[in-house]
Formats: sequence, structure tokens, C-alpha cells
Amino acid sequence: MRFDPVLAEIRFGYGLSPDLTPPSGVAEMLAGLIGPDDIITRFPIPSMDSFREDLLAYRAANRTVRKSTDKAEAEEASKITKSLGRDFYRQRVRITGQTLMRQVNSPTAFRERLVSFWKDHFTVRGKSVNFQALVGSYVDEAIRPFVAGRFEEMLIAVVMHPMMLMYLDQTQSIGPNSAFARQKNKAQGLNENLAREVLELHTLGVDGPYTQADVRELAELLTGLAFWLKTGFRYLPNRAEPGPETILGQSYGQRNGRLQDIEAALRDLARHPATARHIAGKLAVHFLSDTPDPALVERLTGVYLDTQGDLLAVYQALLEAPGAWDPVLANIKPPQDFMASAMRGLGVTGSIYTALGHKGQQRLVVTPLHRMGQPWDAPGGPDGWPEQDEAWISPQGMAARLQWALTFPSGVLGAPPDPREFVRACLGPDAPQDVAFAAEAAENRREGVALVLMSPAFQRR
Amino acid sequence: MTKSLSRRGFLARAAALGCSAAASPLLTPVSLAAGPWDNRLVVIILRGGLDGLDAVRPWGDPDFAAARPRLAQRRPDGLDLNGFFGLHPALAPLMPLWQAGELGFVHAVSQPYRDKRSHFDGQDLLEAGLPSLGDGIRDGWLNRMLQTTPGVQTETAYAIGSETMLLTKGAAPVSNWSPDVDITLSAQGVRLLEMTMRSDPALGAAMAQALVLAENDGDAVVVEGSDDDMMSMLQQDMKPRAAGKSHLRIADFAARQLVGDTRVVSFSLGGWDTHARQDNRLKQPLDRLAKVLLRLKEGCGQVVWGRTTVVAMTEFGRTVRENGTRGTDHGTGGAMILSGGALRGGKVFGAWPGLAEADLYARRDLMPLDDVRRYAAWAIRGSFGLERSHLEHTVFPGLEMGDDPRMLL
Repeated sequence: MRFDPVLAEIRFGYGLSPDLTPPSGVAEMLAGLIGPDDIITRFPIPSMDSFREDLLAYRAANRTVRKSTDKAEAEEASKITKSLGRDFYRQRVRITGQTLMRQVNSPTAFRERLVSFWKDHFTVRGKSVNFQALVGSYVDEAIRPFVAGRFEEMLIAVVMHPMMLMYLDQTQSIGPNSAFARQKNKAQGLNENLAREVLELHTLGVDGPYTQADVRELAELLTGLAFWLKTGFRYLPNRAEPGPETILGQSYGQRNGRLQDIEAALRDLARHPATARHIAGKLAVHFLSDTPDPALVERLTGVYLDTQGDLLAVYQALLEAPGAWDPVLANIKPPQDFMASAMRGLGVTGSIYTALGHKGQQRLVVTPLHRMGQPWDAPGGPDGWPEQDEAWISPQGMAARLQWALTFPSGVLGAPPDPREFVRACLGPDAPQDVAFAAEAAENRREGVALVLMSPAFQRR
Repeated sequence: MTKSLSRRGFLARAAALGCSAAASPLLTPVSLAAGPWDNRLVVIILRGGLDGLDAVRPWGDPDFAAARPRLAQRRPDGLDLNGFFGLHPALAPLMPLWQAGELGFVHAVSQPYRDKRSHFDGQDLLEAGLPSLGDGIRDGWLNRMLQTTPGVQTETAYAIGSETMLLTKGAAPVSNWSPDVDITLSAQGVRLLEMTMRSDPALGAAMAQALVLAENDGDAVVVEGSDDDMMSMLQQDMKPRAAGKSHLRIADFAARQLVGDTRVVSFSLGGWDTHARQDNRLKQPLDRLAKVLLRLKEGCGQVVWGRTTVVAMTEFGRTVRENGTRGTDHGTGGAMILSGGALRGGKVFGAWPGLAEADLYARRDLMPLDDVRRYAAWAIRGSFGLERSHLEHTVFPGLEMGDDPRMLL
């Protein structure tokens, strides 16, 4: 089983595109991860900082709505919250499109798949409707620059990012014996949420060698990480629990809290063998199958440990494994990827997508994703979206995919493409015979295209 | 014009979608022995924070009218519940249920969630059934209830609607269907779909079930017509139904499942976050809730409705006092709505804390005197006879169920 450009796009990218040439080999795929990141300039997403002013304005207006006794003033403020709220929602729909368009139009789609993989590994959600618009900024700031670097750099960036601090309640966590808690003399307390997920989801894994005591000590070490809309990220030593803290038998920190002690603990967690195994297993499951070859996972674990978590080296080992090019397709594409790969096959460019407008994007993308079971940026919990195929192969999911496959192509392109050409554009020169037959025998183009999109050869990768 | 295939003809066609479909539980002949229980439980999540004080108004409280100068101007006729409480006018269609003992409420309740008053956290906790989310439990309490019961099959429990619900997430099998998803395909399209799915039994089975469900939830799947006809039907189907009758389709679908092998159904209803112009804005969600309950009763029929308990709960109540925009803000204590033929209704359960400022939670919210999870646990125990220890340790870890409020007949 050897490298195959069609499989490279289908299994490790977002499918074939009539406009883009598949990579010629593993070297080109890896080079695509470290080369200039052009696609983000073509489809930019605003930074978190750029939202801060509007978030502050919203908060101030909202306070006025609630507190003001002056009716006219309250109504004026209410207009502001409504208009800003609408802006945030429109931004969110727009950023959804920008992210999709990167996946659909990138010549180095493996990079987009990895961004999406790590985004899910480090799931965040906005704690309010407005903050939901900022998930894309978080990904561009804390995930994307680090996908081909050392895992620990991404871990540190994520754990210090305001979206993660807010999502897992770290902003509320205060060392019970910190100067701040003593001054305020209030029942201020520790919140273990982020510490627990760092150990359970982000590094060691749920079966990892940690105890409740480690969770607590890490939670104490993480106190001091803070975020305010006015100032951005801050480390506040006066909120930090006086150290040292012991995590997995290692001692970190001194009496006074320091940011570098948190970084040291995160680096050690990132280099831990349990973390290596956890990440190796997740990558293999995500890209190959729900039940990957244990020998391959072992090998990826070894490379991870040998290189202290150099992700590029781990990806290389994954792509060079013979099992990576098994022609039998296994994993089902989750709805977002199903949609992105359909758009890629249809050749949906940025301008075609933009022409749908806000309402059209809602109707043809946002709502259908919801119905397929994967509302954009809204997984049920910090563990992200399920990887198991059974989670997606449901009657509801299949019905929603079929409904979309029957409507989207004509909705976005005006008329569906010729199914006989579309089947080759999407599935390559060796498209399964039954699918090619169905595409040709369909009563009309619309059903022909839908049959291609619904075929197992398109839904799996 | 369009012509629908007969149901029987369609089932036969769907069953012909390969051997995979024959193995699907929905297409095997109905065995009637399905499901571990005979009673039915419906859980409705009211997303957005229902104002319990407006839905079930405590007219008998001396401080109520003063706290709500614009929302509680005049006590309407014919909506009195028990001398102390009265219904919101939009719930008037439910008065016959109240009189028949098929409607009840729990007032001044909440989940243990306090102070932050965030919708997202509040809903997550409500569905997880936990006092806090930090301890790594990732499934919903309704799923954990199913996990403790032997004999649960795919169709025993249904999550209805396109929303992914934490409530039903977990290891136990739960079916999911949204009646809003309509498919329109030519007979030829169905045949070709069947052919391309033959190589993939798992996908084929799910697709076959989808076609059967879609055929039976309102509009027919297979139509004969011009491509333009079909496209216009599909476009109609793709339109958001937020302003439409989505809730009725959900209720009808739920009733149909409950009459069959399904014993547990859950779905959510939204629109409760009434920060402004609540006098106007609360009418529609309450009207929808009332219609949903009436359609459930109608669709279930006497026998099944007689075995059914409906529990509707929300993430938090709202502030006691009106705000500056004729609405209410996120609060704490609120109301839980109970219905069903199995209910010992016609009663408002729970104690009343009073609305004087000193009696309020944080001097702003209705003081919760009880835990919604306790009532949910007793509804489960009354419906399905689950062990108390299971309920207190697995379904709702750490809950103390206390005395039986005797909600069910």
C-alpha cells in the first residue's frame, strides 16, 4: 500500500477539487504544513482583540438596560445591544464561511484538517452568544500557528488563551490562600475545571496516571491566569495560590506565583508518555479508523517521545505508515467535513459562497449542519465531537445529508453540474461502478449529484 | 401533480433496501414485547429560562403585583388554579387538563446551579443532572437512566428535534429524529440510492430507516412529478420552520412513537429568554407549550396518555421584579410544569417562600426551596420503578430524593 494522490486528498484533506492538484507525495504534504499560510490571507478571520471594543460596548449598554431608571436611556441602550448582538451573529455566520472556504479552497488541505483536529482536541465554546463569534479567532491565535510545531507550544498557547480561560471557568478561579482572597475576605475559591480537562482531555487522557490530588494541585498552580475585556490576558500573582504544587510527583513554583512555573508544568505534561500515547491514538483514530492498528499507534507514540512531541515528525510517521494508504475507506466524514468536501467537489469559490448572502448561508449551511447533528462550533462539551462512526450514521443524520445533497448544489451554483462529470471530479478516475451508473441513470441532474454525494465512497474516507 | 406511494408499498420498498435494512429494528415486524416498561415519560427542556412567576402567577402573594406593575396588572378571570396561583392567559387552553388532574406545577424550584445565571452552563448542568460540571461526567441524566435498565433498545428512547441534547447523550442507545427533515425523491432516485448503499450495510440501514421515518412523519418521500415540482417542494422543506409548526410536528411524532415501542421521549422548546416586552413575547412560547401538551394527549389516545408523565423544566427562573424594558432578567427559582394522564395533577407542588425582599434569593430572585432533579427522580421512580439508590447515585449523583411528593397516580 503506497502513497496515492487521490487518497491523500480524500483521507487527509477535504476531498478532490476540480480546480486543485492533489499532492504528489508525502514530502509535499508535509511541506504544505510549514510553507507560507496563504489561505488565511485569502479568507481572513478577525482577531479576538478586534472584538474587544464591541464586547465592551455591548456590556456597558446591557448594564444600562438593566440598571437604568431613565426610560429613554434604557431604550437607547437596548437599541445598541440589539444592533451589536445582530452584528456578532452576522460575524459568526461570516467566520463559519471563511473557515469552510479555507477548507474548500486550500491547496494544502491536510493543514486545514489538522487545524480542525486540534481545534476539536482543544474544544472551546463562547459562554454567550456574542462570544460564540470568537471561536474562529481563538483557532487562528492558539491552534493554527502551532499545528506543525511542538505539542507543548500549542498546549501553552491554548491554556493561556482567553477563550479557554473563560470556557473552562479559569477566570473565576482564585487561590484560597492568595493575597486577593485574604484581602477580600470572601468565600473566593478554586475552580478545577480547566485543570481537570488539561489532564483528562488535553494531555494524559482519561486513563492517564493522575489522581484527584493532581487535579487539585494543578488547579492551584493555574490560579492567577486571568482575562478582562479591558486589558486582555493577564497573569495576576496576587490571585495565585502560594506554592509549591506537586503534580505527578514533580514540584512546581515557589511561594509567589509565576507564569513560568505554569509553563514548566505544562511542558512536562506535554512530554509525558501517557500524553504521547493519547495523542498518537487520537490522530490514528481521526485519520485512519475507529480501530487503528495498535502497532501503528505504538510507533507514533515512540516518534512523539523521541522528538519531545514534534508534531511534524509524528505526522510524517503517520503518512509513511503502510496502513495510511489502505484503499478501503473507513471513517465516515462528520457533517462539517461532508459539507466542506461536497463544496470542494462542486468548486465553490469564495465569491460564489459570499454571493449566497447572510440569509442564504444560514439556510444552506448553518441550519443544515444543525440538522445533520453538528452545529458549527457548538459541540456538547469540552470533549468535542465524537470520532466513532456510529455517532454519525443515524437516520436523522443521513436524512439531513440527503436533504442537503438534493438542494445545496443547485442552491449555490444555480444549476447542478453534470453528474457524469461530477462523479469523477469527486471520486477520481476509479469511481465505483455502481456510483458512476447511478449518476448516469438518475432521472435528473439534481438527483444524480445527490446520489454521488450520498454514496459510501463519498461519505467515507 | 404529485402522488404518494401507499405506506405499505413504501415500507416494502424500504425493506428491499438490502439485507441491512431487514436487520434494522424499525423494519422488523413489531414484536410488541419491546421496551422494559409500559409507562411513558416525556422530558421537555425549556431553553432560555422560563419565567415561572409569569406562567404560574402567585396572585395570593401580597408582594406579587407590586413587583410586576406592568406584567401583572389585572387578575384575569377563569384562570384561577387554587385561589393562590393563576395561569398565564396563553395557558388557558390547558385549564381542562388542570381540571382533569392532568396538569400540575412545582413552584419555587431550581437546579442547584447558582449565581452565574448563564444559559449555556445552566442548560448543560440541567441536562447533565449535576450540581457542577467540573467532575468529568459527560453524559445526560436521561441517558444514565437508560444505562441502568436492562432491555433498552434503540427505539426505547427518542430525542426529537435537530438539536443535539446533552440530556440523552451517553452510552445507552437513543434514537434521534427531527420531523423537520423532509426528503423528496423520485422512485427512480430511491432505487438508485438503494443500489449505491448495498456495499455499505451500516450506511444503508440508517438510510433505509431515514426513509421510513420521513415517510411517516407527515409528507411522503416518494413523489412523481416534474423536477421543478420536486425542487420547489424541497425548497419549501429547507425553509427554517422557526416561525412555523415545528413544535406540532415534534409533538405528533413523539405521540406516534409513544403509541409504539418508545417509552421515553425528549425534546426542547425555546423562546423563553424574555428580557424585554415580556407581556408580548412570552405569549408565543407558552402557546406552543400548551399546544404541544394538547397534541401529545390527542396523539397518544386515552390508554397511552393514561400511562404518560410529562416533565418540563428550564435552566433557571427569572428576576422577581420587572426590568426597565418590561421584561425580566436571568434569575434562580422558577416553575416546573407537569402533565400527563399518569399525573396526580390539579396541584401546585412545593412550598412558597414569599416575595418580600428579604425572602428573595440574593434580594432579586425567587428563592428556590427545592431541587428540580428531585421531582424528575420521583417521576422516573413513579413511572419505571427504578431503585432509589440508582437514582441517587447514578442518574443524579449526590441527590437526596427525600419524601415522595406523590405526583403520580
